[in-house]
Amino acid sequence: MEKITSLADLKRIKEQVQSKIKLREQSASAEKLVQIRVGMATCGIASGAKEIMSFLIEETEHQAIDAVITQTGCMGYCYAEPTVEVTLPGRQPVIFGHVNRERAREIIDRYIIKGELIDGMIPVNFKTIDE
Amino acid sequence: MSDYNMQILICGGTGCKASESEEIRNVFNDLLGEYLLEDEVQVVTTGCFGFCEKGPIVKVLPDNTFYVHVTPSDVDEIIREHLVKGRQVERLLYRDPHSHEVIHDSKGMDFYKKQIRIALRNCGFIDPENIEEYIARDGYMALGKCLSEMTPESVIDEIKKSGLRGRGGAGFPTGLKWEITSRSVADQKYVVCNADEGDPGAFMDRSILEGDPHSVIEAMTICGYCIGADKGLVYIRAEYPLAIQRLKVALDQARAYGLLGHNILGTPFGFDIELRYGAGAFVCGEETALIHSMEGSRGEPTVKPPFPAESGYLGKPTNVNNVETFANIPVIINKGAAWFSAIGTEKSKGTKVFALAGKINNVGLIEVPMGTTLREVVFDIGGGIKGGKKFKSVQTGGPSGGMLTTASLDTPIDYENLQAAGTMMGSGGMIVMDEDDCMVAIAKYYLEFTLEESCGKCTPCRIGNKRLFEILEKITAGNGKEEDIDKLRMLSHVIKDASLCGLGQSSPNPVLSTLAHFEDEYLAHIKQGRCPAGKCKALLKYVVVEDKCTGCTLCFRTCPVGAITGERRAPHFIDQALCIKCGICFEKCKFDAIELA
Repeated sequence: MEKITSLADLKRIKEQVQSKIKLREQSASAEKLVQIRVGMATCGIASGAKEIMSFLIEETEHQAIDAVITQTGCMGYCYAEPTVEVTLPGRQPVIFGHVNRERAREIIDRYIIKGELIDGMIPVNFKTIDE
Repeated sequence: MSDYNMQILICGGTGCKASESEEIRNVFNDLLGEYLLEDEVQVVTTGCFGFCEKGPIVKVLPDNTFYVHVTPSDVDEIIREHLVKGRQVERLLYRDPHSHEVIHDSKGMDFYKKQIRIALRNCGFIDPENIEEYIARDGYMALGKCLSEMTPESVIDEIKKSGLRGRGGAGFPTGLKWEITSRSVADQKYVVCNADEGDPGAFMDRSILEGDPHSVIEAMTICGYCIGADKGLVYIRAEYPLAIQRLKVALDQARAYGLLGHNILGTPFGFDIELRYGAGAFVCGEETALIHSMEGSRGEPTVKPPFPAESGYLGKPTNVNNVETFANIPVIINKGAAWFSAIGTEKSKGTKVFALAGKINNVGLIEVPMGTTLREVVFDIGGGIKGGKKFKSVQTGGPSGGMLTTASLDTPIDYENLQAAGTMMGSGGMIVMDEDDCMVAIAKYYLEFTLEESCGKCTPCRIGNKRLFEILEKITAGNGKEEDIDKLRMLSHVIKDASLCGLGQSSPNPVLSTLAHFEDEYLAHIKQGRCPAGKCKALLKYVVVEDKCTGCTLCFRTCPVGAITGERRAPHFIDQALCIKCGICFEKCKFDAIELA
């Protein structure tokens, strides 16, 4: 790993990473790259998030869906764990709660493939520091 | 992509469900069929919007119309006017409570968002094990700004101006703490992060470390720069294995990127962080006890002064801050003290993370501006009380805190107001109680916890709490006397006055607070031998209602101790001397023939 040795360096790396993310987000439907985040804090893992994450990885691979699946921390909705956030290209992220295998399949088949909303999505109920 | 032109989102949170949201969905489905719109409009049930007091809520996409207090009979009008003719149904739109104006343009829909996430800004957004995602969201920018553009004094000044206060409990001004430590002269100083989260029901520090470990690492490094320390220590309980693992990964990555170590960002400043594991003792959250534990001694508090700022870890000046406090620092540097201090109340700035637990629908982690009312937290964000039961109280501040009752529902939450209400901010656990919770039993529960966790150094805490506990045990067993109430009060004050550290000084708080708000419950136990909430087993009495008993023998067959006798088809009888009050007969009886006397 190349070390960051100045503030300018840090800013350059930030821009690199940001543009990488932007590329991912704006890749539009032509190159449909789906981003999936699974809440993997203690609350999520205790409710089965690990299994859901591997299921999502297998299933998207199986159906040849171009998806980046990563883990993230607690989204705050501990009552609805496991929670999964899906960002379709060009769309706002949507969070789904109480995701078991069945619901994970529904998320893939209905939301990711057809773009239909499905029951149990959790509306974002907080402001971020960027607003 | 989807074939639907419009989507109707119906809140299916527990609060809205209780007020007919399911019925609303059914009516939508039926009527959309009648209007031949079912192929164009999709109806979806969502999770909680966090605005339950205005529920049931119906949101229409793509135009983001937000309808409140919708009833099933409103559905026809919404379809006819809005979906067919494209005109919003004015009377169902949300009105701004101050200007009374109707909100048409609901773009952004911020008015119902009662939370603002500062400390939790990255939790649930980034991969905690990928430093690049942290950097992409302004990570380590604050450190860069401090090291290259600001002097330690100006950073401390900025933190002081922001009004940030310690999020671990007492609310000491963070900037002032840094300033005091920075003024101590020594060859070595330390930055310590207190990640010994011990309050039952609080888990925000764990979540921050699991979800955004770099924010704490960055803030500790900034603190090191300010106070002149090159070494940081995170004191974390061994019971948090995932948080420890993520911290380790984050530390390795930060070192690999040169964000920890010598000459950070090309400056002469160097800093590194090590982990120290605690064995999960509550008292080790107290800073002197924490320091002793890190040194390898017993986790016992010592007299302050000297404060850790003068003589802390290994006798060197040490700055101890809590995880959540640290998590706020980078944002304050990046966005400025003025931005931060615009949020919150006069003396409590910024936001506070609360862990909602107990009898509340939306158990979870929330972050609200200081000054948000308890009602908003419990009934909007929290989604109200489970099972539609009645709200009784909220316990804040853990075993050191007290009760907030219905009288405090509209009090803005900040350090001062909580103190005035007889409790404290603590680390931010909020345990919600309903009508079924017995306040004497709750006080007893917390006392049992402190009893376990008292280090035993001070007699009032070690023995006094034991005596307090015994009195409460007596009362819940139905053997209390009226003078016990005075004894509880007297003993509580002695323990508070004569204990050395915060644990002992605050341990009687749950007793004093429940006595202040619910003395009638104590009296009911003592005078009438009755537990109003029906929780204290010794005071329960199950009896058979002879008129209703059909003599089915089900209770006779399920009673685990053979306390029930009776002939087939004749009323049964419960022998109170044998009954262990397990309540199985009460649950099993199909004829409601067993009652709680």
